[in-house]
Amino acid sequence: MTKLWDATSERLLRELAPQVLGAVARRFHDFAAAEDAVQEAMIAAFTQWPQEAIPDNPRSWLIQVAYRRMTDHVRSEIARRERETAVAAEAESFSPTPEIEADMDPDDTLILLFMCCHSALTVSSAIALTLRAVGGLTTAEIANAFLVPEATMAQRISRAKQTIKASGIPFRLPSPQERAERLPSVLHVLYLIFSEGYVSSVGTQLQRLDLAREAIRLTRNTKALLPDNPEVAGLLALMLLTDARRAARTGPDEELIPLDKQDRALWDPAEIRDGIELLTAALSKGSVGLYQLQAAIAAVHDEAGRLEDTDWPQILALYELLKRVSPSPMVTLNHAIAVAMVHGPAKGLELLRTLDSDPRVSGHYRLDAVRAHLFEKTGDRETAIKHYRMAAARTTSMPERNYLMTQAARLAAD
Amino acid sequence: MKYMLMMNTMKTGQGVLAWPEKDLHAHIAFMIGLNKELQERGELVSAEGLSFPDQAKLVRAGNDGRPITDGVFPESKEFLAGFWIIDVDNPERAYAIAARISAAPGAGGRPLNMPVELRPVMSGPPQEMV
Repeated sequence: MTKLWDATSERLLRELAPQVLGAVARRFHDFAAAEDAVQEAMIAAFTQWPQEAIPDNPRSWLIQVAYRRMTDHVRSEIARRERETAVAAEAESFSPTPEIEADMDPDDTLILLFMCCHSALTVSSAIALTLRAVGGLTTAEIANAFLVPEATMAQRISRAKQTIKASGIPFRLPSPQERAERLPSVLHVLYLIFSEGYVSSVGTQLQRLDLAREAIRLTRNTKALLPDNPEVAGLLALMLLTDARRAARTGPDEELIPLDKQDRALWDPAEIRDGIELLTAALSKGSVGLYQLQAAIAAVHDEAGRLEDTDWPQILALYELLKRVSPSPMVTLNHAIAVAMVHGPAKGLELLRTLDSDPRVSGHYRLDAVRAHLFEKTGDRETAIKHYRMAAARTTSMPERNYLMTQAARLAAD
Repeated sequence: MKYMLMMNTMKTGQGVLAWPEKDLHAHIAFMIGLNKELQERGELVSAEGLSFPDQAKLVRAGNDGRPITDGVFPESKEFLAGFWIIDVDNPERAYAIAARISAAPGAGGRPLNMPVELRPVMSGPPQEMV
């Protein structure tokens, strides 16, 4: 029965990538080379399947192509080190038609995820490797998403694999305790892929890969593998509840539209519903964390049909909880906005002053941006203009700079 | 995070054209080696060298919108000789690369210590605005 390539095929192919990689990596005991072989198999599939047809067993098709690449790789390694008889003996033991299905392990995707998001890697290399090895994306797609040349992205991925090799990270599922320790870096990488997607959804970058959607897909898969972890569900809920506002977030000229000016009719009710459902189930497990709380805050915003319906006291209470669970200057910054909404801008500004001595945030544009907003609310136009301009000078996001400059110009014209 | 590194050299004096062949080779090898290293580290976005300043033109639109070209601006003491766009994990790494470029070997193999201007490229993701 031949199946033709259609809109769902691309996703099917990407979902198979980590499963195939797991099978090949375990058999050959060489993650780095296996990952390259699977990438080649993926590119072969992306080239051949749309033109011909999807094979009856796509998974074994991919595994066989990857196996052939691996065998070639091992043979050339042997040629290079022909005196090393141990390697030669190992190569002889390969069977060209392996018992493919026996090599599959449902935990492989999880093993790969923990490996690619390991804290030994820099964040940028963890992101790149995760998108390729777990996400099944090609190097060209990842390079395009981050606007760097393909050769540069290939090197970044290759170096990430060298780091994994040098750190001696084994290809096996971490123990439950290790998993608990390492899950925050996995979730952080997924979260960063999502927030990077913010950029590609702005305006002229339409042809770029949608990283926000990729992050949602990967987090959904992670949730399927760790169904009982409320923080994984919390992160997925946060992504959905944020992504729901996507269409309202930018205007016709690609300008940023802040939350309080968005047309709420453009928010996606299905995504909001899914996010709230996920969050409610997660919260009922009784182990509240960073992502569940941020999702809860996003949910309170999303539930307000009109701006004036926003339940600010509840948002304030959630920020107070978030500050206890996961204190950071960025949390304090957002907490100050909630304080200002409930107790007035002067109280918010008072809280912001506690951040001036914190080197992690004292020169950060977000501090100036929030300060500008709160000074505007107190009626101190001159100070607000000054801080909008300082924030505009410090941000590295072009849409954000345009927004902040526009705010300063608007106040200056009043 | 992405940065642009702009290599400025003096317009006059110690011109590269007057260097001995050996020094010239050392300089060229340094630049090629640096670009190769940045590429291998997965940090290179692009690198371009620019033509000599006598090829530069200053362009302004006239009242009718048509281009009016002029020779290179006589008042400038330095000119942009080349630039890199790099994508690195932290600002310190960008400063380190800029310092390497600054110390590229010049006449007599001595480090040039030329000024390298470093500017963040506007490539960050925007946050939710209040």
